Amino acid sequence: MEKVPLLSVENLNVEFSTPDGVVHAVNNVSFAVESGETLGIVGESGSGKSVTASSILKLNSGVTAKTQGAILFNGRDVLGADDKTIRSIRGSEIAMIFQDPLSALNPYYTIGNQIIEAYRVHHRDVKKSAARKIALEMLHRVGIPNPEARIDEYPHQFSGGMRQRIVIATALINSPKLLIADEPTTALDVTVQAQILDLMKDIQKENGMAIILITHDLGVVAETCDDVAVMYGGRIVEKATVNELFLTPTHPYSFGLLGAVRSLDNSARGELQTIAGSPPSLLHLPSGCSFLPRCGYAQQNLAQCSSVVPELEKVSPTESFSACHLRTEALISLKMKELA
Amino acid sequence: MSSEILLEGKSLVKYFPHGSKGIFGKSDGFVQAVDGVNLVLRKGQTLGIVGESGCGKSTLARVLTRLIEPTSGNIILDGRDITKVSGKELQSLRRDIQMIFQDPFSSLNPRHSVGEIIASPMRIQNIVPKGNEKLRVQELMELVGLNPEHYNRYPHEFSGGQRQRIGIARALALNPKVIVADEPVSALDVSIQAQILNLLEQLQHDLGLSYVFIAHDLSVVRHIADEVAVMYLGKVVEIARPEVLYSAPAHPYTKALLSAVPSATPRASHMHSRIVLQGDVPSPINPPVGCRFAARCWKAQDICVAQEPALGSQSFTSQPEEGLVACHFPENSN
Amino acid sequence: MTTFIARRILFALVLLAAVSLFTYLLFALLPTDPAALTCGKNCKPELIAANRVRLGYDKPIYEQYWQFIKGIFAGRTYGSGDIAFTCPAPSLGYSFNQHECVSTLIGKTFPVTAFLSLGAFILWMLLGVGTGTFAALHRGKWQDRLTSVVTSIGVSLPTFYVGLLVLFSVVIWLQWLPFPHYASPTENLHDFLTAMILPWITLAVLSAASYTRLTRNGVLEAMNEDFVRFGVAKGLKNRTVIRRYVLRAALIPIVTIAGLDFAALLGGAIVTESVFSLPGMGRLAIRSVTDSDLPVLVGTTLVAAVFIVMANTIVDIVYGVLDPRVRVK
Repeated sequence: MEKVPLLSVENLNVEFSTPDGVVHAVNNVSFAVESGETLGIVGESGSGKSVTASSILKLNSGVTAKTQGAILFNGRDVLGADDKTIRSIRGSEIAMIFQDPLSALNPYYTIGNQIIEAYRVHHRDVKKSAARKIALEMLHRVGIPNPEARIDEYPHQFSGGMRQRIVIATALINSPKLLIADEPTTALDVTVQAQILDLMKDIQKENGMAIILITHDLGVVAETCDDVAVMYGGRIVEKATVNELFLTPTHPYSFGLLGAVRSLDNSARGELQTIAGSPPSLLHLPSGCSFLPRCGYAQQNLAQCSSVVPELEKVSPTESFSACHLRTEALISLKMKELA
Repeated sequence: MSSEILLEGKSLVKYFPHGSKGIFGKSDGFVQAVDGVNLVLRKGQTLGIVGESGCGKSTLARVLTRLIEPTSGNIILDGRDITKVSGKELQSLRRDIQMIFQDPFSSLNPRHSVGEIIASPMRIQNIVPKGNEKLRVQELMELVGLNPEHYNRYPHEFSGGQRQRIGIARALALNPKVIVADEPVSALDVSIQAQILNLLEQLQHDLGLSYVFIAHDLSVVRHIADEVAVMYLGKVVEIARPEVLYSAPAHPYTKALLSAVPSATPRASHMHSRIVLQGDVPSPINPPVGCRFAARCWKAQDICVAQEPALGSQSFTSQPEEGLVACHFPENSN
Repeated sequence: MTTFIARRILFALVLLAAVSLFTYLLFALLPTDPAALTCGKNCKPELIAANRVRLGYDKPIYEQYWQFIKGIFAGRTYGSGDIAFTCPAPSLGYSFNQHECVSTLIGKTFPVTAFLSLGAFILWMLLGVGTGTFAALHRGKWQDRLTSVVTSIGVSLPTFYVGLLVLFSVVIWLQWLPFPHYASPTENLHDFLTAMILPWITLAVLSAASYTRLTRNGVLEAMNEDFVRFGVAKGLKNRTVIRRYVLRAALIPIVTIAGLDFAALLGGAIVTESVFSLPGMGRLAIRSVTDSDLPVLVGTTLVAAVFIVMANTIVDIVYGVLDPRVRVK
């Protein structure tokens, strides 16, 4: 019998109507996360990764957003839940942190008040003084030096890295089972990024929470994730374990992305590997595979690639899933020819 | 490394007055954004400047381009001291040094067409190009890989990478000698970053340009630079050729910075032990007296706190070309 | 924070001194002879000369200015002997047209203007902020569109038009209210209210409309802030997020503008006071213009300027209290 995953997202579709037309931000996205594991959702800007993340907590529910599909947390339906239920999940069982630590904290309240507020929303009977003690412990845990002195300071009195620690403290104050981190280190310097990633990993080791890490940085994925979903044009194009993605990528977009990153990382001067063209507009997605205009492998299969959206299918002999009409064997032989 | 020196910064210092106290608003200190920096850019080459936020690299860029005046020190372009030029002279100097900015979204006026944006430096300088303006603009667009027929389009009709190309075309309009690029690819997606870097290298090759390339990202600079200077808290702590700097960093900070970059190879990342620096960068207002990195350095001794290390060659045995480092106990020195 | 406030107040005092000098000079340099205006058309030259001496207009300008400033703090006596008369501190001069000290005139008219401004201010802030927030929370729906249409009409109606419109419709046509006749609220509250309600509405209409727009945009902008999303992600109730996160951020810039708008009104709501014949400072100022009553003109201008400078200072300080980022460490 298969275990029920902590979170499963099935056939998620999100659309936004804008004056220019309907933006198909997320199309048929499915994935699952287990306790204690880290799932990376990687993609470039406009790939739909952030919208996918916000959907889990129903944070997209503006007038213009239309969400379809199913999101099950611990077997419970999240998408269909009423406001009260979703509020009881937000911040207590599923917490979320955002990209820019400089703007994620309310500038008008002390950091202590914000953490205490986050705790007491879900623990109404706990007195403020008791919650303050818990907040102090948490600040200490995330590495804020001298928390007793600093708990009554305002966000602008902290550096970017410290603010992200405070954001993490706020998010983790109720010991959530799942943390959604939307580009948590993108706005930070590399040395600070290393600190924050270490902190997240340490806390995960302690309390066994699951993490969904949204990022555009394959290096961050390689260092922190167990599984990865690669998104392109609002769809998942490849789903694999980290090792498989980096050693045996199965989708042409993954090839290109890895190639670009690797040539940037490793080789010295000389022509860098790129993916020609730019990502598709979510307003006008191509009718077939959305990567087709940038794909270097589709020549023999143009008819199918340009008319049918490829499904995410398991690619033997790997454990990876790939959304590409060209089967892996064909792809690998093409790749070989190219390298020769 | 013996080509002619084009742009030189000598003991550049830039302090900004900080905050104010008392009823009459007297300043209570200075942000020492750039503090005694020496740099040399040779003709046809690229000088990379790397550092984290607050290290003074963007201030240095603005000083070098004379967008702001240095507190002290000299800037020498083609043998001429340009530190104090003003008025007409400064305007004609702008032809020689152009800038490319980080944010391709806010550095282009959304109400001007691409043609107008690219032509604007020529209009400001009252230069009528051979043929006509439109021809020259279209030539520039072609040069940076844009479709010249899109002359009349507006910035919002272009993607981030294409907008950065527009910014580059604008910088090229006056045939500058030096281009100072301040984080030109930081705001772009990875697959687009590589396109822009390739373009910049191609242009350097074709037009003989010299670049000062500023970035927080070590891997980006490695690609394009002939020499890399690492900055920390207003000072250059190490300067070397990339082959040397990346394989054998001499300054502990450079080493930490390199090791912090996550590698896109999962196996490798488990093998190399990462140096995670403790704490934050100290405030640039009244920075530490001795080595500015001492408080976060695992090798620091008493001398590091007491005495500031000078930027010099790292050991008696090494060749000067191998690089300069400002550290009392550099790596790899026996 | 204390030095911040001290510096602001010092700055305000310097500014006030400059404003008083500038205002005084402006009027002193007008081509009209202030002494000639002290009595009617068929005035004897001797009387004009006597009045000139009595009012000090024979002295050099800097001396006149000094006397004027001294008068504000110490009061001022004009002439000497039996025909001497005194305006007690704070004296802003003497109006021969109205045979009163300027300060007495302003003292009589100011409460009317103050009540008018305060009532209108409360009305437009409640309406503007309330409707603006409501519209923002219903962005794109019919409620928002309706608000947008109504505010467009509101901002394009000139005050005199609104004033005459309500006056005509409510008082003359429907006869719901008697013609406004001002009474002090301590004497007759009922008359006070019936006299003030229409001017309040008139004065509030335009501002309510523009504050609705300001608030709507401010709230929408604030709702896009990351910290607001983070607040929602904490599991806070919508109401709490709106109150503690959105409105707090949206209203700070509005408070600034509101303070200045209110201060500008205190200097006299000229049009509204004229339409409803309210004996306020605006009418006093307008009358002094038509009568070339220079001392009153200088006095009212100066008082209006003082309100603006004071409001500026208070707004700056309040801003520091509301936004911790502005406070000086």
